[in-house]
Amino acid sequence: MLMNKKRKNDDLLTMKNIHIAGGKDEIIHGIDLTLKRGEVLGLIGESGAGKSTLGLAAMGYIRSGCAVTEGSIVFDGMDLLTMNASARRKLWGTRIAYVAQSSAASFNPAHTLIRQFTEVPLQHGIAGKARAEKKAVKLYDRLNLPHPEEIGRRYPHQVSGGQLQRAMVAMAMAADPDIIIFDEPTTALDVTTQIEVLAAIRDVIRDKNTAAIYISHDLAVVAQMADRIMVLKDGNLVEEGEAEMLLDEPKESYTQELISVRLNHARPRKGEKGGETILKVDSVTAGYKKGERVLKNISLHVGKRRTVAVVGESGSGKSTLARVITGLLPPTKGRIRFGDDLLKPKTSQRNRETLRRLQMIYQMPDVAVNPCHTLLQIIGRPLSFYFGMEKEAIEARVRELLTMVELPESYINRYPSELSGGEKQRVCIARALAAKPDLIICDEVTSALDPLVAESVLKLLQRLQNELGVSYLFITHDLTTVKAIADEVVVMFKGRIVEQGPRSEVLTPPHHAYTEKLLASVPEMDTDWLDNYLEGSVA
Amino acid sequence: MTRVMTWFIKNPIFKMVGQRLAIGLGTLLVISGLIFVGVEALPGDLAEAVLGQNALPETVAAFRAELKLDLPAHTRYFTWLGEVMQGELGNSLASGKPISELIGWRFKNTLFLAGTTALVAIPLALILGMLAALYRDTWLDRCLSISTLAAISFPEFFVAYILITLLSVKFALFPSISSITRDMPLMVKLHTITLPCVTLTLVVLAHMMRMTRAAIINVLDLPFIEMARLKGISKWRIIFNHALPNALAPIINVIALNLAYLVVGVVVVEVVFVYPGLGQLLVDSVSKRDLPVVQASGLIFAVTYVGLNLTADVLAMMSNPRLRHPQ
Repeated sequence: MLMNKKRKNDDLLTMKNIHIAGGKDEIIHGIDLTLKRGEVLGLIGESGAGKSTLGLAAMGYIRSGCAVTEGSIVFDGMDLLTMNASARRKLWGTRIAYVAQSSAASFNPAHTLIRQFTEVPLQHGIAGKARAEKKAVKLYDRLNLPHPEEIGRRYPHQVSGGQLQRAMVAMAMAADPDIIIFDEPTTALDVTTQIEVLAAIRDVIRDKNTAAIYISHDLAVVAQMADRIMVLKDGNLVEEGEAEMLLDEPKESYTQELISVRLNHARPRKGEKGGETILKVDSVTAGYKKGERVLKNISLHVGKRRTVAVVGESGSGKSTLARVITGLLPPTKGRIRFGDDLLKPKTSQRNRETLRRLQMIYQMPDVAVNPCHTLLQIIGRPLSFYFGMEKEAIEARVRELLTMVELPESYINRYPSELSGGEKQRVCIARALAAKPDLIICDEVTSALDPLVAESVLKLLQRLQNELGVSYLFITHDLTTVKAIADEVVVMFKGRIVEQGPRSEVLTPPHHAYTEKLLASVPEMDTDWLDNYLEGSVA
Repeated sequence: MTRVMTWFIKNPIFKMVGQRLAIGLGTLLVISGLIFVGVEALPGDLAEAVLGQNALPETVAAFRAELKLDLPAHTRYFTWLGEVMQGELGNSLASGKPISELIGWRFKNTLFLAGTTALVAIPLALILGMLAALYRDTWLDRCLSISTLAAISFPEFFVAYILITLLSVKFALFPSISSITRDMPLMVKLHTITLPCVTLTLVVLAHMMRMTRAAIINVLDLPFIEMARLKGISKWRIIFNHALPNALAPIINVIALNLAYLVVGVVVVEVVFVYPGLGQLLVDSVSKRDLPVVQASGLIFAVTYVGLNLTADVLAMMSNPRLRHPQ
């Protein structure tokens, strides 16, 4: 402990007045950053804030197409920008390491975990194979991976997402680096898995007195990890401070907004209780292979002008439920009533009118729209398909729909690539609304969006419901979203419904054990939250 | 032993390979039918070809009956198919010699030329492809692209004659006629077939190299490559160790197509260099209306083609770790 304090005082990494340009545009507009030995610095901001670019620049790594136009990056007395490429390469992996967001994509699918672990010490000539493998097992054990002796022999596709993320942390620590850059390491994980990974990361870097830069868009997560936090927006530094200070007394309005997104939950709802039922799922069982049951005896109903949220972690079957309702996966048992009719099991058997009344909005707005079509074509397609509208009528209606989703009418001839992620999701909403549906299935529609953008999309959905009386089946893993918009909540776990009812009932104690765990796993804006949670779960 | 057995049974690859094999056999059956119909459609037959235009109809008919050419087509097809199944290719109508004897040595020669070319061309294509990917959009990449594309754009006989003019006539390094004999030592054989080998290499190189380049570049944009760079791995090792294993499936398929071409499509090159391969025999037999030889050669070509593509399919599947190591 004494050692730590002494060593904490020298600056390990100093970035001064960094300007980074990508093509003609500047991405980072002059940011200073220092990191002391053993210190954890949190970088927070929305997508496009430049936090990943800055994090990678801290390694002296600039993605192709980008360039540092001004400033200096000094790591332990060495200038990372002016040193030659092979010397810099020798630092990577050994003294500065990187943990990426998506471990599934960042592990080479063709090699075993341990082979990718030992590659660092072997290629840099730090240790022999036997010693490196021993170390791998030790770190796997330290990070609470199951069967640390054997898990290394597995291929990336053979372990779960949370395990893979921990294996990547282990890989980053293979050569005991001085600094690790964590780039959104838990963003792709479920809340319940996120906690395990957060705790493992924090313990292991504290243990080894490793300095870290922790990048995330989730302030509550960063608050658990970081000693100090820098808030970035559009490539500028908004605010910097000790983690606790920043959370308790944010100076800038942007930081205050970020904090308040998490705090403002329950909003008054106008949904009519006991109104007519739009969708009634009746003891549905379904699976992808014969005999497999991904959904087990699911029953739920959605009323008119109501929002029903289906929550659960990945693998709980919530997306499969959406596939069954839309007819992409016929159920093996059970029936689905939609309005007054029984829904046919397959999409191809349903008539155009049924298809029109049931629309869907997807998680990834980027891939849900055709990049070669203009907004007029994208939103106009359902108009001609369902209503047989003519050219002028379509254009007028598309303008109307754009206004409805709060996009400027002038966007009508734009292509999706000219829009931001939030704007693209609005286009998807407009396209769903164009069909004048009774029910929209929203599959994780806000999880790819930044918190502030996500909030505005949720508000929009709510306004549209009040105006148009449409019902939503809202599939999500994010309990903050549930609290914000649901009338009724359905909690799913391993293909079953473990709890369902009005929001106020499900979200107030007593809970079902699993609901309890889900609720407790959502990080709060409190630097001691993780400690308290871990203590609580041990006790 | 039992563990190996259960691995085989449980592994989805086993089932897939079985399916592919069945499809391959089916394809061969269809092809055998097509070959037979195609040969039937040729105008004239051996009897007319041997006896000439002035022969009496009775003589021709008698000759046909002797060769069993007067039986209905489907009877002859099934007799032929039955014999082929037992490994019996029959006798040449023209020379009366067993076809297996006639084809055996020629087919070996064809495989020898194809194999030698493959040994040169495949590693060369892979290395050049990786180099082009490593130095993409530099002068090296462009030079490789332009030169290999130029080589593939010329007809192969043109490339062959250019090579003969340069390396055989002007500098007298290699023989222009590659008629190898049975008793030649290996080194002499290799020296003799240098020019056809170089010609064929130039023809097949471009496809394989460009596919290697494209497949690797496709992989190079993936996150795990960036991860490898951030682990401080050298560029060359990233290409060879991280990108190539994940780019194998399309490369294997293109290699198989080119190998098949080396066996099946080299008729022109064999004729130019007077190489005693199967292609030349096929051309001769067609002009002589020696139908059993034509059918047998065609079938051997088909087996090679289907077999190579089947192997490529299986190897491409094996290159996918998800299939090799299921959950």
